[in-house]
Amino acid sequence: MIRKATVSAIALIATLASATADDATQIQWWHGMGGKNQEVINEISKRFNAAQSACALTPVSKGTYEEALASGIAAFRSGEQPNILQVFDAGAATIMNAPGATIPAEDLIKNAGYDFDREAFINGVRYFYADADGKFVGMPFNSSAPIMYTNTEAFEKAGVAPPETWEEFEEIAPKLKEAGYIPMTASQLTWMFFENFFSRNNIQMATNGNGYDSVEGTEINATDPNLVMMFEKLKEWHDEGLFGFYGAGWSDNQAPFEQNKVAMWIGSSGSFGGLQQTAEMPFSATFLPYWDGIEGAGTNSFIGGAALYAMAGHDEAQDKCTADFFQFLTSPDVQVFWHEETGYVPITNAAYEQAKAEGWYEQKPVAEVGIQQLSLPGGEWSKGYRLGFYPQIRSVEEREFNRIFSGETSVQDAFETIKEEGDALLARFAKTSG
Amino acid sequence: MAEISDTSVIGGRFRRKPRAAAAPAEPAKRVQFDRPLLPWVFLAPQLLVVAIFFYWPSVQAVTSSFYIEDPFGFGATFVGLENYADALTSSEYHRVARFTAIFTVAVTALSLGLGLLLAVKADAVIRGASSYKTLLIAVYAIAPPVAGLIGMMFFDMHIGPFVTAASWVGWDMQVGIDYFDTAFAMIAVAVWKQIPYNFIFFLSGLQSVPVPVREAAVIDCRSGWRRFRTVTLPLLAPTAFFLLIINITYALFDTFGIIDVMLKDKPANNPVTLVYKVYNDGFRGNDIGGSSAQSVILMAVVFALTLVQFRFLEKRIHYS
Repeated sequence: MIRKATVSAIALIATLASATADDATQIQWWHGMGGKNQEVINEISKRFNAAQSACALTPVSKGTYEEALASGIAAFRSGEQPNILQVFDAGAATIMNAPGATIPAEDLIKNAGYDFDREAFINGVRYFYADADGKFVGMPFNSSAPIMYTNTEAFEKAGVAPPETWEEFEEIAPKLKEAGYIPMTASQLTWMFFENFFSRNNIQMATNGNGYDSVEGTEINATDPNLVMMFEKLKEWHDEGLFGFYGAGWSDNQAPFEQNKVAMWIGSSGSFGGLQQTAEMPFSATFLPYWDGIEGAGTNSFIGGAALYAMAGHDEAQDKCTADFFQFLTSPDVQVFWHEETGYVPITNAAYEQAKAEGWYEQKPVAEVGIQQLSLPGGEWSKGYRLGFYPQIRSVEEREFNRIFSGETSVQDAFETIKEEGDALLARFAKTSG
Repeated sequence: MAEISDTSVIGGRFRRKPRAAAAPAEPAKRVQFDRPLLPWVFLAPQLLVVAIFFYWPSVQAVTSSFYIEDPFGFGATFVGLENYADALTSSEYHRVARFTAIFTVAVTALSLGLGLLLAVKADAVIRGASSYKTLLIAVYAIAPPVAGLIGMMFFDMHIGPFVTAASWVGWDMQVGIDYFDTAFAMIAVAVWKQIPYNFIFFLSGLQSVPVPVREAAVIDCRSGWRRFRTVTLPLLAPTAFFLLIINITYALFDTFGIIDVMLKDKPANNPVTLVYKVYNDGFRGNDIGGSSAQSVILMAVVFALTLVQFRFLEKRIHYS
């Protein structure tokens, strides 16, 4: 904490000092990242400030994703909003259903006199942060995919290959257990086994076209029989010692994998940068498995991570600077730098090509898994979802998932509760915009 | 006998006595401030703080609780008491309220009890008394989130020594997954953090019991426990009453830092208190109306609780 505060204070002083010297337009960027990712964000801002003299950008970490969104909202209500706010995937509906709060990224960039080519972005990010007409509202930034990291030693010992489907997992998991490993753990089940269960298996997640068409009467498809089956299986695997579950905290489930106790860990493609430093054994990665038995399964996963939103209510000079920064951020060089340092996927085709050309994926094949999974053929239901109060619905899911694994509830009851409470929250959200 | 009838006879006169005594006291007070505005000037800073940080937000909370509002403040729909109805009928809210009651009772009782026990024992220590007391009080200097962090390390599933210790007696402790285990850990940390506060007050309370009273008690009664119960405890009652209110408020509100840190940002199925739910729904869920209604309910409960305590409990306490 102290180190974080010091770093941002120094960054602030540095930018202020350089700015007052040349009278540049000041803009602020609030985000919810810490650790390695925050260092890279500071570095990108420094490069932007060095590359031009008209604008001076100050990045400020507001803690977690949720805290960044809450701070942004509170600041907007009191007229103190930053120029750029990072909002995570689950909060997308919150900010996109408040059109007066933001300037759509596409409009902002065009107003500043730049061209905007939607086709320049990779397939997987085009839909999630765009409105119904395909106009980019949010500027995709740190985009990730849920992928499965594999412990190379464990698989060698057990003499098996990483699974592509859950059917294959069922075959090989007992062998990994015999070899002395917990076969699998996963962080943030809401993202891995709920949202992306729908995308990878191409199943509808919510009515009204996954929530894109309207907020009125949207209902969540939480009692889908296949989804319930997935969790019946997870519970069964958990009871047989094939799946380790250590609560809703992200790192509690990642730690045993880093300590070489687990054979497979489902995490984020954005975990790669950190995992290289923390894992005690060689590892690789593959796609998040799907069910071969489900018709049409194996589609791409939803884009995860967060996007940047240009907040409304600033003068033209500042908006121009924000647009300049968005242009800078999507340039292949910056994208490749961000991708290689953090493991988040490059969001433009040009950046992906450049990383390939540089031979990055020959050095680090794991780094390509996320973008490959996002580039898989899409299905009707793998483009995205837009659900209001979704952070709260996630809390309900987290609560019920924990109760499943602690034996406090049955899988069927848990999902009926999620549906009931989820629908009530969606109905409440519809009233806020009404 | 004579005494009893005596008091009942003078009862009527006795009741009038305070009024009679108050009458001459009033001008005496006025003498201290010859300008009527002066006391207000002295009170102003405190009143201003209370107005800005309590009354103004309270009014805002009450107003917001009647609306369903979009987070960014573009539109609000008046819904009357719907937010209250939603909160009070939700099974999740009942679950949280039940846990809050249990948590508050457990934390208050245990931290008061242990604080008192340690104070009595520390009061009797002669050799090394000050270092003993300092060690006990030191914990008070720890901020709640830090206490939560320390507690979380002790109860960590992978590395926690308490978890290892629990496994010796066959308790597979899973803080963060198992509802009961998490509740246990939370109460333990919250109590640990509050003991020094109670300890300080009880100790100074004990030390203000006059020596002649103690000596007289020793002559009258040989049983230490009985002496404590009949002499020391009544004399400690004002301190205990004050601490009771403070501890209830602590358990209800100030444990937030501990809980927030121990849950690591993910409440999931873990027990949370009402104030944590207010925060979670308001700041993470961005549901301002619902969160405001819950905070108004909480405010009403605390207000009622404090009123009850003052009306019924304080009557039985004698301030010397």
